[in-house]
Amino acid sequence: MTLILFKDIDTPGLTSIDVYEKTLEGYQALKKAFAMKPDEVIEMVKASGLRGRGGAGFPTGLKWSFLAKDVFPRYLACNADESEPGTCKDRELLMKNPHLLIEGMILCSYACRIETGYNYMRGEFWEYESVMEKALEEAYEKGYLGKNIMGSGFNLEIHNHMGAGAYICGEESAMLSSLEGERGEPRMKPPFPAVKGLYGQPTIVNNVETLCVLPFIVRNGAAAYAAIGTEKSKGTKLVSVSGHVKKPGNYEVPLGTPIIDLIEKYAGGIRDGNKLKAFIPGGSSVPILPASKADVPYDYESLQAAGSMLGSGALIVMDDTTNVVSEILRITSFYMHESCGKCTPCREGTRWMYQILSEIQNKVGKPEQLDLLIDICDNMEFKCFCPLGDAAVAPVVSSIEHFREDYEELLGSLKTGQPVGTT
Amino acid sequence: MFIFTEASEARIKKILAKYPEDRKLSAILPLLTLAQEQEGYITPEAMIEVGKRLDVSPAYVESVCSFYTMYYTKPVGKYIVKFCINISCHLNGCDNLLEYTEKKLGIKEGETTPDKKFTLLKEECLAACCEAPVMQVNNKYHVNLTPDKVDQVLASCP
Repeated sequence: MTLILFKDIDTPGLTSIDVYEKTLEGYQALKKAFAMKPDEVIEMVKASGLRGRGGAGFPTGLKWSFLAKDVFPRYLACNADESEPGTCKDRELLMKNPHLLIEGMILCSYACRIETGYNYMRGEFWEYESVMEKALEEAYEKGYLGKNIMGSGFNLEIHNHMGAGAYICGEESAMLSSLEGERGEPRMKPPFPAVKGLYGQPTIVNNVETLCVLPFIVRNGAAAYAAIGTEKSKGTKLVSVSGHVKKPGNYEVPLGTPIIDLIEKYAGGIRDGNKLKAFIPGGSSVPILPASKADVPYDYESLQAAGSMLGSGALIVMDDTTNVVSEILRITSFYMHESCGKCTPCREGTRWMYQILSEIQNKVGKPEQLDLLIDICDNMEFKCFCPLGDAAVAPVVSSIEHFREDYEELLGSLKTGQPVGTT
Repeated sequence: MFIFTEASEARIKKILAKYPEDRKLSAILPLLTLAQEQEGYITPEAMIEVGKRLDVSPAYVESVCSFYTMYYTKPVGKYIVKFCINISCHLNGCDNLLEYTEKKLGIKEGETTPDKKFTLLKEECLAACCEAPVMQVNNKYHVNLTPDKVDQVLASCP
């Protein structure tokens, strides 16, 4: 099959511009793009069917076309704040193929008439900061960045910017707050970043993987990309398969690949002779599903129909020795830690859920606490300021729906007369 | 009193050049990171200095600093050992490994060894889930950990 993102990714020295140019037709897409009008590039990306790979799956070309008309300067902020539990695809792209991202950022900037771009990397990617800085230097030296790029009259500066440890900065408006030098708290939407983003100017926020697809689309045309995948979910997707599998790893597959193939064929199946019990298909923010759904095709529509989401493309696999409650507790603890504290339902709700789940896990919970959990979730869902609150709810509600017996196993161990809720 | 070294000053110049002239507050995270690299943690004096550079109050700097988990406002060990404890690492036995490391270093998570060599911390997802369990030692990744590998990594810290 056609590899778009991981083609020759393990070529030695690929982080250097010469190897990138030789191996992957590196920076060849620029010539083609500069021969087109910027709007034609936007139309091309629209026609390709590419959707945002950060989590929301919004059509990329459409997002670009929402930029406030004739307002300049405009900015590009690449979202390299990869922190969604289970997700480690962008890290592999950043450490192995930084020039693919830079080329993608140049194409996006040309199409959107942007002259300044920032690559916001999570602070923990400290090791890859120097990789990216060196790659940027090389791109400037070769004339792919700076003034009048390749004689096109187009100017672009790209800078690397490091975060300092905050999951919420992966939410686009929180990232812009952070980039402006504030606490990484989300902002009210609308206005959306395309209208008022960084420094109050029109801004495109795209994920690393999304931007890395652009050189392929520009080089080979929209139809070549749209030919891969399903009718509505076009192209390939990087899927981070982790958990109880024999060969965990990032795999690039055409959208629509059955989940069971990802687990069995790509990741080598469940290890230690155990059986598949549960999986989370799109990172910790999406509903958990039981093994009976493993034949679902891995694409946006099929996963939604199955009651979950494709999210960031992180397939977390659990075998039949797992009690799902302890994993949901771990995820809930994460959201409690990462809630920025700006809005009450999220700040308080994540803490209450954590307390209740801890009691259940420690076998001092009460059966009626399951209804209480559902009630808290009802009071959080769609009522929090940003998507973090909804994300915290999804694993809890879905795990009670599909794995109630795991909760009951822990609740059933309660002896009559034992004091409860005292931990 | 906190003074940026000459080497830091050269880097500050480069950092400030990344942002529009009237938007130098964007440099607050990189400047705090530099201050921390210099002293190991961020002192109140460093916050005052960063505030002066960016025309904001020390209180503002502290409010930003306290938001991000990678900044330490108290002294830490020479090596900061951060264990990922999120779901993919949890499914791969990070709890046992953390306990092993606690015993080995003779400290609990959140503590620093008496010789100030190691600080042991829990960390939320480090985005290396396919190589779980994972830890970072002074921001460098160590993946596919086993007790033996933890031993090797810690022994390699001079």
